[in-house]
Amino acid sequence: MSKSMKTAAIVGAVAATFAAHATTATAQDQVKCYGVSLAGENDCAAGPGTTCAGTSKVDYQGNAWTLVDAGTCEEMELPAMADGTARMGSLEALERDLPMS
Amino acid sequence: MTGQATFRTALLDASQPTPGGLTDGQGRPAGRRYDVYRNNVAVSLAEALETGFPTIAKLIGPGNFRAVAARFLRASPPSSPLMMRYGAGFAEFLETVKPLAHLGYLPDVARLELALRRSFHAADHTQADPAILQDLDDDALMACRMRLAPSVAVLRSAWPVVSIWAFNMRPGSPKPQARPEEAVILRAEFDPEPNVLPMGGADFLEALIRGDSFGSAMAAAGEDFDVGAVLSLLLGHRAITGIDFEDTP
Amino acid sequence: MFDQTPAGLPAAPGVGYKPQHFSDILEDAAPVGWLEIHAENYMGDGGRPLAQLRHLSERFPISVHGVGLSIGGEGPLDPDHLARLKHLVGWLNPASFSEHLAWSTHDSHFLNDLLPLPYTEKALARMADHIDQVQEVLGRQMLLENPSSYLAFAESTMSETDFLREIARRTGCGLLLDVNNVFVSATNLGYSPVGYIDDYPLDVVKEIHLGGHDEDEDDHGAPLLIDSHGRAVVDPVWALLDETLSRTGPRPLLIEWDTDVPDWSTLRAEAKRAQDALSKVTA
Repeated sequence: MSKSMKTAAIVGAVAATFAAHATTATAQDQVKCYGVSLAGENDCAAGPGTTCAGTSKVDYQGNAWTLVDAGTCEEMELPAMADGTARMGSLEALERDLPMS
Repeated sequence: MTGQATFRTALLDASQPTPGGLTDGQGRPAGRRYDVYRNNVAVSLAEALETGFPTIAKLIGPGNFRAVAARFLRASPPSSPLMMRYGAGFAEFLETVKPLAHLGYLPDVARLELALRRSFHAADHTQADPAILQDLDDDALMACRMRLAPSVAVLRSAWPVVSIWAFNMRPGSPKPQARPEEAVILRAEFDPEPNVLPMGGADFLEALIRGDSFGSAMAAAGEDFDVGAVLSLLLGHRAITGIDFEDTP
Repeated sequence: MFDQTPAGLPAAPGVGYKPQHFSDILEDAAPVGWLEIHAENYMGDGGRPLAQLRHLSERFPISVHGVGLSIGGEGPLDPDHLARLKHLVGWLNPASFSEHLAWSTHDSHFLNDLLPLPYTEKALARMADHIDQVQEVLGRQMLLENPSSYLAFAESTMSETDFLREIARRTGCGLLLDVNNVFVSATNLGYSPVGYIDDYPLDVVKEIHLGGHDEDEDDHGAPLLIDSHGRAVVDPVWALLDETLSRTGPRPLLIEWDTDVPDWSTLRAEAKRAQDALSKVTA
């Protein structure tokens, strides 16, 4: 395909795409929906009393703790990938491979 | 004197003693009364992270998430009073968490969730009139610059990051296939959604966002780029806010 | 000093606005008299939060209640946050703006909690300077809310009510009296809640808050109430409200429910009970 033919093809594709959407640009009134907030909100409430969330001594270098439960990462069965990243997969695999504190 | 520096330091570090000079109503040491504040800070910040990163929480499970959040909030308390902005460094933090290192996709999923949140709060916009490009000659089209909405964001990942997100957040979505994914977040009205881009799509959109001409963006996207598919995606989500024809090089 | 402040809130019940109640509020034929929002949740650039707020502000008087300015902080006020507040108050022109007798930011770290301060002359002078600054930047009077206290400072030299009275006198600010906070603090620190109300500068109270609290215990087994805003207002707090209203006359009354947020009808029932309390007093 020559350069001008290619450009013409692009122009054609663009024009067709824009024409297809020319009549669909109406805004919808979604202000009424709640939707997912996607972020924690500020408020002036206090948390529940004196739970251990506030008083446990956390090592914040963050490298030593025991994984306590499993999430959906186990269901995904995502295999090793072509980008050279090491083993993919489940938390089970980790518990087998890493010394737990 | 119990200065705010002392009060603050012990809040996030339970190995520090309860600050002196704090009492109950009878002048006895405050003891666990101070822990109410420790708890408020830790719980409120952890909840903010869980609200902001629901996919990460589902992927690793609530107990593991709480353990990660407890470490992150102590290492990186908010630098802004806007909780909508909290967690900007969470993806980078996840990269350093050794017990989760085998889940290499977690940081990119966190980046996707943060980008969705930023899109949610981005400025509103009006779509340009799609009729504007219907009768354009070749040169004018190639030289024009398309402006995209502030809520548009582009992500590249070595992982199927959108598929992982959908599998967790959109019931009935298929299991992710092992492949890299490029994504664009689009917010037609108020609800941002991630969309997988065809090959070259991220290069194309990043060029447009930089302010490159349409022709340059096409060149950046490479030979086999399906421009119709990407423009359709943009127009379907009202993401093109303007097209400039002036000042072309 | 700032008497050009907009009409103010009506002496009616209001509720803390939660986005999940948006449709219910608009569909309610007889909703509440006004709504309160937390300022920081409406400081994004756009999107649904601001669209909803614009919509609601056409129908309801809005109170902007800040939870992140850290007015009681030892350091200077955050100029960026003050600018955001000025922008919000500027376009919304709310019926009221209020903040807390508390701090939450230290060395640019925001701790997301309302933290306590000692009642000393030094803290008072600093607080008054900060309030002067806020009122100057916003060009209007602000209201200051009494905290829920879980502990006391050995260094305090004056009572909370004296501290608040002097702040209001020096700055011309109004006060937001949280009756649940009074009950929580009085229980936690062992004084009489009615005595606190008796000592309170009620003449400058322009809004009253009500909310639910949780119950815990301190190291000695004494009750330690937590200001959780996660349940209905308890009867002793309603009784304290009656005591307060009998002294102040009708005032704008807010139901705060921030955690375990109930459905609209439950929140509406709390507001109805506030209306009943208002009906018992005359202006």
